[in-house]
Amino acid sequence: MSVPVYNARIIVTLRKSILDPQGKAVELGIHTMGYTNVEQVRIGKFIEMQIDAPNQGAAEKVAREAAQKLLANPVMEDFHIVVEKAS
Amino acid sequence: MKKVRFGIVVFPGSNCDHDAHYTAGTIMGQEARFIWHKEGSLGDVDVVILPGGFSYGDYLRCGAIARFSPIMKDVVQFAERGGPVIGICNGFQVLTEAGLLPGVLLRNASLRFICKYVHLRVERNDLLWTNRCTAGEVIEVPIAHGDGNYFGEPDVIRRLEEGGQVVFRYCEPDGRLTESANPNGAVNNIAGIVNERGNVLGLMPHPERAADEALRHVDGRKVFDSIVAHFVAQQTSAALATAERS
Repeated sequence: MSVPVYNARIIVTLRKSILDPQGKAVELGIHTMGYTNVEQVRIGKFIEMQIDAPNQGAAEKVAREAAQKLLANPVMEDFHIVVEKAS
Repeated sequence: MKKVRFGIVVFPGSNCDHDAHYTAGTIMGQEARFIWHKEGSLGDVDVVILPGGFSYGDYLRCGAIARFSPIMKDVVQFAERGGPVIGICNGFQVLTEAGLLPGVLLRNASLRFICKYVHLRVERNDLLWTNRCTAGEVIEVPIAHGDGNYFGEPDVIRRLEEGGQVVFRYCEPDGRLTESANPNGAVNNIAGIVNERGNVLGLMPHPERAADEALRHVDGRKVFDSIVAHFVAQQTSAALATAERS
């Protein structure tokens, strides 16, 4: 039997306490489009990967460790992980 | 006197490795050698330089991937044994990613890559990196970075300041710390810091690029003069101790 494959999606964002000048610049751009009701624009990163793992928990563990040690720097970033079994 | 052996780590994307080699080897007349990042060991070196550049294309975050290069295990051990490690620009970013120095280098507040000469105030001269400077002295060296905005949580910054770990600050030519002298938005105008023990230095400016008379800026040489003076003093005191025993 082959090992199940999981799709992991990791979103990395700057921590709320950190100024995001890039987000501010984009927000300004959106305002000049006329959408003055838009605020709190933040720029982040989206990373996806496939993980071969015996079960959901094991796949989540891999994604979490990758995020904690490499994909995000906890001094300045938070991350959010979604792991789903590939169909 | 024995020459000081500088080991310059080369990552894929390093581009100030030759500047560092030229300054340590040709200008200072010491022994300089390149160490490819895939090496498992630093070999016999006295000082490790993590040079500037764009290791791994700055992918993900500056220094984030270089930190996992095989050589970094030995760099961490060398630093933990008290060995002198200096990270310049991208090297500073690698040191924070590797956890050898606290904090992080954020994108410049202006979002622009900045390449120019800046003035730095030397806050301490009791370190192996600055013993040839006077405390409070202002030196002029270049910066060239897009992510040099030093940041740490308030308690991290407080510990750094209380422990006297800030070595260089961006300042006016007369030494005043102003917002306009701060090129990148760094907290408290911080340009360079050391660890608690003082043997690991990280700084965004490039002392190795201001060491040749031909460039008319030689203030950066003081950092290299300090390193060499430190080892000369060490050898002298070792020789004196031997002489006393005999």
